[in-house]
Amino acid sequence: MIVIRDLFKSFGSQPVLSGVSLTIPSGQTIAIVGPSGTGKSVLLKILTGLIEADAGEVLIDGQSMTEAKNGQMRRQICSQMGMLFQGAALLDSLTVYENVAFPLLQRRELSAAQVREQSLRRLNDVGLKGSEGAMPGEISIGMRKRVGLARALVTNPSVMLFDEPNTGLDPKTGQEIYELIKATQKASGITAIVVSHEIPEVFQVCDRVAMLYKGVVQEEGPVESFLASVNPVVRQFIDGRTTGPIQMV
Amino acid sequence: MDGLVKFLEIVGTRFINWLTGVGDAWIFIFKVILKALTPPYRLGLIVQQLYVIGVQSLAVVALVGLFTGAVLAVQAEYTLSKFGASAFTGSAVALSLIRELGPVLTALMVNGRAGSAMTAELGIMKITEQVDALRSMAVDPIRYLMVPRVIAGVISVPLLTAIFNIVGISGGYIVGVHTLDLSSGTFMTQIYQSVSDVDVISGFIKSVAFGFCVSWISCYKGWTCGFGAVGVNRATTSAVVTASVVILVLDYFLTSILTQVFL
Repeated sequence: MIVIRDLFKSFGSQPVLSGVSLTIPSGQTIAIVGPSGTGKSVLLKILTGLIEADAGEVLIDGQSMTEAKNGQMRRQICSQMGMLFQGAALLDSLTVYENVAFPLLQRRELSAAQVREQSLRRLNDVGLKGSEGAMPGEISIGMRKRVGLARALVTNPSVMLFDEPNTGLDPKTGQEIYELIKATQKASGITAIVVSHEIPEVFQVCDRVAMLYKGVVQEEGPVESFLASVNPVVRQFIDGRTTGPIQMV
Repeated sequence: MDGLVKFLEIVGTRFINWLTGVGDAWIFIFKVILKALTPPYRLGLIVQQLYVIGVQSLAVVALVGLFTGAVLAVQAEYTLSKFGASAFTGSAVALSLIRELGPVLTALMVNGRAGSAMTAELGIMKITEQVDALRSMAVDPIRYLMVPRVIAGVISVPLLTAIFNIVGISGGYIVGVHTLDLSSGTFMTQIYQSVSDVDVISGFIKSVAFGFCVSWISCYKGWTCGFGAVGVNRATTSAVVTASVVILVLDYFLTSILTQVFL
């Protein structure tokens, strides 16, 4: 379960999050949508401890990320989480296989044979059997995202964070990534947050939707009630109109 | 008056920014040292960086060493012959290399070849979220990325300096004996008689300090790299220029101190 309470974050004099509160029950997936530049990725980075919040609290399965006083505590919470970055963020000095095996090797909990078995299984799950030896620079962005997904899932995390999972992908590859996310949800029942500005595509992988705009949650609820919202900000975003209360950043 | 105030404001702001950067760089290296001294130790990564910084710099360092030694022999013989002392050419070449040129030129070459690459690689890792990815996988990026590079820099530069000195003296010997018609025996005897342990130790201390500074500055600039290609470009240029200046300034102070200490 993820609990976000009254989260505030500013960069200089520019407020990005101005009191965000959300609760994501275990096993559920929430999509955080909103126009570009509204702090969706910042929110994810606060959840993983990559950025410190100015105020507020984040609880991951009962453990407070915002109260984690040292790197050790933060890393302990992070070890239960997996994250798919916008650009996959593969370590480009390592091969595809080495990237996937990397988190397991760093933990030093499994034997070499177990690491190999789990990594190859995850690569197989994302349809990349046979690409183990390729370097990240040699494969397409769609394949890189699959590798990023395999790497995030290889440690069997209880919480998954997806930052714009299909940005920069063609519709077919984007859909394939969503199918993989759905398969993961079905197989392991993870709690997940999907950050995206691509609607309605993102609705197929989430139970609930929250819209972030001007640093606050404008609307939050099940997909059906979100789509039926009369909030003018939400309506403009759903309808894709250029006129309305949403101002271009 | 307004112009003067504005000027002082700009100068003051730049000075504060510079001072903040220096403080930040010290905090950074203290973290690196602290993590280098505490387990887990990542020997595999250190060996990997020894290869990148040390082995891959070997050819260029040897080439520069060879020609530096050769030029030194020509210049030393020319100058010493004016005083009828060309027999001391071997001493001049060896002492110049071991005490001064070996550590300085090796550090400058490593800075240009490996230091710039280090900054660019770390900078790109930062802007493409690879550093964030490490953190999200509960891996400490300072321990994983910085510690092996700084340790490898400290080990590589003295070893490369030793190779630079040997190749440089060989270059001086080849030119001195085969081109300038100096006696082979005199050349080698003069080196043997004039070079002492103190010269080697002071050169070694300098090369360790330079290796530390090159890897520290290169890692720090990559770590604090700005956004996009421009950010990487600026960080890399700044790393090479800063480290080069630091090497030359530090060289003066170390030479002064070591000369006093070993007198």
